[in-house]
Amino acid sequence: MLKVENLKVNYGGIEAVKGISFEVPENSIVTLIGANGAGKSTTLRSIVSLVKPASGSINFLGENITGKDTNDIVARGITLVPEGRKIFPDLTVLENLKIGAYMRKDSLEDDLNWVYDLFPRLKERHWQAGGTLSGGEQQMLAVARALMSRPKLIMMDEPSLGLAPLIVQGIFDIIREIHRQGVTILLIEQNANMALRTADIGYVMETGSITMTGSGAELLVNEKVREAYLGN
Amino acid sequence: MSKKKSMTISAILFLALIVIIVVLERMLPPTHIALAVLKKGCIYSLVAVSMNLLNGFTGLFSLGQAGFMLIGAYAYAVLTIPVADRASVYMYFDGGIIQFSVPVFVGLLASGLLAALCAWLIGLPVLRLKSDYLAIATLGFAEIIRAFFQWDKLGVVTNGSNMLRKYPTFSTTLFPFLVSAACIGVMVLMINSSYGRAFKAIRDDEIAAEAMGINLAKHKRMAFCVSSFFAGVGGGLLAMYQTSIQAMTFKSSMTYEILLIVVIGGLGSVTGSCLASFLFIASSEWWLRFLDTEMTIGGFKVPLLRSGFRKVVFSVIIMVIVLFARRGIMGDREFSVDGICRFFKNLGKKKEVKQ
Repeated sequence: MLKVENLKVNYGGIEAVKGISFEVPENSIVTLIGANGAGKSTTLRSIVSLVKPASGSINFLGENITGKDTNDIVARGITLVPEGRKIFPDLTVLENLKIGAYMRKDSLEDDLNWVYDLFPRLKERHWQAGGTLSGGEQQMLAVARALMSRPKLIMMDEPSLGLAPLIVQGIFDIIREIHRQGVTILLIEQNANMALRTADIGYVMETGSITMTGSGAELLVNEKVREAYLGN
Repeated sequence: MSKKKSMTISAILFLALIVIIVVLERMLPPTHIALAVLKKGCIYSLVAVSMNLLNGFTGLFSLGQAGFMLIGAYAYAVLTIPVADRASVYMYFDGGIIQFSVPVFVGLLASGLLAALCAWLIGLPVLRLKSDYLAIATLGFAEIIRAFFQWDKLGVVTNGSNMLRKYPTFSTTLFPFLVSAACIGVMVLMINSSYGRAFKAIRDDEIAAEAMGINLAKHKRMAFCVSSFFAGVGGGLLAMYQTSIQAMTFKSSMTYEILLIVVIGGLGSVTGSCLASFLFIASSEWWLRFLDTEMTIGGFKVPLLRSGFRKVVFSVIIMVIVLFARRGIMGDREFSVDGICRFFKNLGKKKEVKQ
């Protein structure tokens, strides 16, 4: 579905991504794990063109989308749940969700019901300003907002960042549920354990390059991965 | 309360305002200060809301409002001076080169369009800037425009640094009221549309807005042009109100006055801007006037009262407002029929609880 080839991205004067290639097959959960500064976020940001790649190609559903405008890419069916949630704090929950569907002109009724089913808490709080929600609720809102564009591929940048373990569990349950409903997922995580347990395919990124790849289960038992990312 | 019901009440309130204005005009002498305050208040409301659209709703801190008002005022005046009067107005420039004149509404539309066109042009480079830098660039633009319109070589069109006058004006307060109300209505519709939501999203978080597929450049340009359009119309109305205009008067202090109104009213509140406009104009032109005249009560000369003291008191009031109501009188809430009803209902409930 998504095919990244030899992608290089310069960010803030350094080569943050040094020619990586990976693939996200349709209907799968793929995860990129790696330490801080490995270039994971930059990779996602360059897929939706928030940063322009220096070279390489990004293909989505057989079409080259490298360097196209962000709104064009969103309209083709990729959305990013940005790092640190980045919900709109002064807009209500409902307004946040409507912004998520900005690229669509058709009726939102069904989709609102869909995300409210996934996140009943958001329905209760639909009139509240986004900024007044708790961290976990804000993450739910960020995911729900991204779903409102009816994406084929949803990319999540560290959805577990700064959340309590129980809430992280809830977020991953939701990720599986969304996947079960037919959305392809590309996930970035520092919480390698959770991510690899959930993912079909995992890639390990180190300082701008992909150093290891395998199925989630394989990587989970891999000696090097265990040592570097799982703490034993 | 149902939407229909609150719409009806709003419409009735609007009609009541019109009736009040008509009655006031009948009762008060035409030169009464209250009428002048109402007229200027309407015009400032329009300009303040247009500035709020940019600063409060889209989060673009622009200080070019006086420049766009100047463009609007000049466009209106230049296009509507009757052909017969052009020789006397443009006496130093052989009657100028424009030898036609257009009806009032066409003139006002032209003021808006010309201001919007200029906004589009300077928006191309300037909207790439953020926060303070955008403010500096737009402030600079307004200053350049002011000098440019006084340039002698352009005198055949702008009359150089001389006054423009003898263009059609209004005598009734209803005219600026209705024009401003219509313009503000259009802006409110825009704010409540999906465009308005996109503006607010950009204000809250640019990166997230972009990631949702909102085209930042396009939406910023749109907000900038719409805001400038209505500032231009406001400039045209101000020209009509003043009956003669000169580029000199559109100083940056005018932008600051409007910014003050927007901040006092509350960034992101349309009704706040309108309310603050009338309060601001009424205090600066009317209610605090007495501070400027020396007064003696029974042989005792009241201290401090002298020309200029008004401005001192005024500054103190503004400081108090900024200190105690940081988000302005309205915050980002709106004054609505629903809100008032809810307020009274809650008041009633509290009393019941007490009993």
